[in-house]
Amino acid sequence: MLELDTVTAGYERRAPVFRGASLTVAPGESVGLLGPSGCGKSTLARVAALLHRPDAGRLVLDGTEVRAWRHRAPRELRTAVGVVFQQPRTAADPRLTLAEIIAEPLRATGRRAEADSRVAELAPAVGLTADLLTRRPHEVSDGQLQRACLARALTLSPRWLICDEMTAMLDASTTAALVAAVETYRAETGAGLLAVGHDRVLLNRWCDRTVEWKDCLPPKETR
Amino acid sequence: MADRRTHRLRLWTSAVTVGVILLAVLLVPPLVQLDEQAVDLSRKLLPPSWDHPFGTDDLGRDLLLRCVYGLRISLLVGLVAALVATVVGTAVGAAAGALGGWTDRCLMRLVDAFSSVPHLLLGIFVVALFRPGVWPVIASVAVTHWLSTARIVRSEVLSLRTRPFVDAAVSGGASRWRVTVRHLLPAVLPQAGLAAVLMIPHAMWHESALSFLGLGLPSHQASLGNLVQNARSSLLAGDWWPTLFPGLLLIVPTLAIAGLAGVWRDRLNPRRRSELML
Repeated sequence: MLELDTVTAGYERRAPVFRGASLTVAPGESVGLLGPSGCGKSTLARVAALLHRPDAGRLVLDGTEVRAWRHRAPRELRTAVGVVFQQPRTAADPRLTLAEIIAEPLRATGRRAEADSRVAELAPAVGLTADLLTRRPHEVSDGQLQRACLARALTLSPRWLICDEMTAMLDASTTAALVAAVETYRAETGAGLLAVGHDRVLLNRWCDRTVEWKDCLPPKETR
Repeated sequence: MADRRTHRLRLWTSAVTVGVILLAVLLVPPLVQLDEQAVDLSRKLLPPSWDHPFGTDDLGRDLLLRCVYGLRISLLVGLVAALVATVVGTAVGAAAGALGGWTDRCLMRLVDAFSSVPHLLLGIFVVALFRPGVWPVIASVAVTHWLSTARIVRSEVLSLRTRPFVDAAVSGGASRWRVTVRHLLPAVLPQAGLAAVLMIPHAMWHESALSFLGLGLPSHQASLGNLVQNARSSLLAGDWWPTLFPGLLLIVPTLAIAGLAGVWRDRLNPRRRSELML
C-alpha cells in the first residue's frame, strides 16, 4: 500500500503548495491524479517518490512509514518507486547514452553485471531499437527519450510507478505505446501506479479510478 | 559570417602563439644547451642584434635565452598553480553544492574568510613562510586562487542538483557520492576547465609580481618577474630592451591563452555555437 496521509508540502515552509492531501494506492491498483496546473500534483508525486520532504503528514510505503527523504531514505524504499518525469529533456543526463541512462539504476546499486541483459530486455519492451541505444539525448526525439526514461524507471522492477505527466509532451501514438508498456509491466509484476496528468480522458481510460484536485483543494481520501 | 571568421582567426592566432611558446620553452633549453646564467661583462647591455636578438642584460647574459628560461618557469608556475587551485576549488565547490546545509555554510564562510584578505597580501604571507623557490610561489598562487573556482562550481552544482535527471538518479538508488561524481561533476568540468585556463596567465602575473617584489624566485633565477626587476635600473639609463622583451613575453601568452579561453567559452554556449554555425 502507498499511503499519503494529510500531507502538507511546498518549497517555503510558511506558504506550502498544498495542505492536508490524503491519497491511497493499493498494490496493483492504478490511480489517476487530475488537477489544474500549479495546484501541487507534481509536488505530491515527488513526496510519494521520496524526493521531497513534506512539511507535515505521513507517507507509508508497504507498511513502512518513511522518515527520511532523498539520499537519506533507505535505498530499498527509494528503489521501490520508479518515477517518470514530464520533460524527458531535463530528466536525462545529457552526457550519457540511452543504454547508459537505462542501466544507471543497476550501476548505482552495484549490479553492473546485469546491466547489458536488462537493457536488452527493456529496450524492446518500451519500443527502443538497438541503434537508438548508443545515441545521446540530443540525438533522439522527445518520444524516444521518454521511452528510455520509462525503461530507466522499470530497470529495478519497482513495486510502485509514478508517472508525472509522462505523456504531456508526446503525440498520440507515443502516448499509447508508453501507456501500453506501463500496463504490460503492471500486468507482469502487479505494480501499483500513480499517474498524474491533465488529460481526463486518458486518465479515465488508463486508470482504475481517478482522484481530482478540485478548486486547488487537494484530494482527501480515506480508506 | 564575419563573426565566424573572427572566431576562427582568434582560434588560429591564439593556438599558433600558444604552440610556438610551448615549443620554445620545451625544446630550446635541451637543444641549445647554453647556460642562461653565463656572465660576460664585455658584452653587457648590448642592444638587440643578429647575435643577440633580444640584446644582453647588465651582466652580459643573452636576454633571448633568459626570456625563454624565464617563460618556462613562469608557465610552469602558472600551469601547476592553476591546476592545484582548480582541483581544490572544484572539490570545495562540489562538496558545498552537493552536500548543502551546514557543510555548504561552513565551506562558503571559509571562502569568504580567504576572500576578505587581499590575495597578493595573503600570497606574500605564504611565500614568506618558506625559502624562495618555485614551490612556495605555486603554493602562494594556488592558496589564493581556488576561491573563484569554488564559487563557480558551487553555483553550477546548486542549479544542477534540482534538475529532474538528478531526482531520477536519487530515485534509482544512487548515493550522494555517485550523484556528484557521475552526474554533477562531469557537468561542471567544462566551466572549471575554462576557469583553470583563464587562471594560467593570471598565475603567471602573480609569479612575476612576487618575483618583482623580491619575494618570489631567487633573484639569479631567470623568471619573467626577476628579468623585469633586474632591468629596472637599466631602463632609467635609457636601455629599453631588458624591460621590453620580458614584459612582452608576459603580455603575449596572456592574450593568446585568453583568446583560446574565449574560443572555448563560445563553444560551450549552445546559442553562441549555433550563431557561429560550429
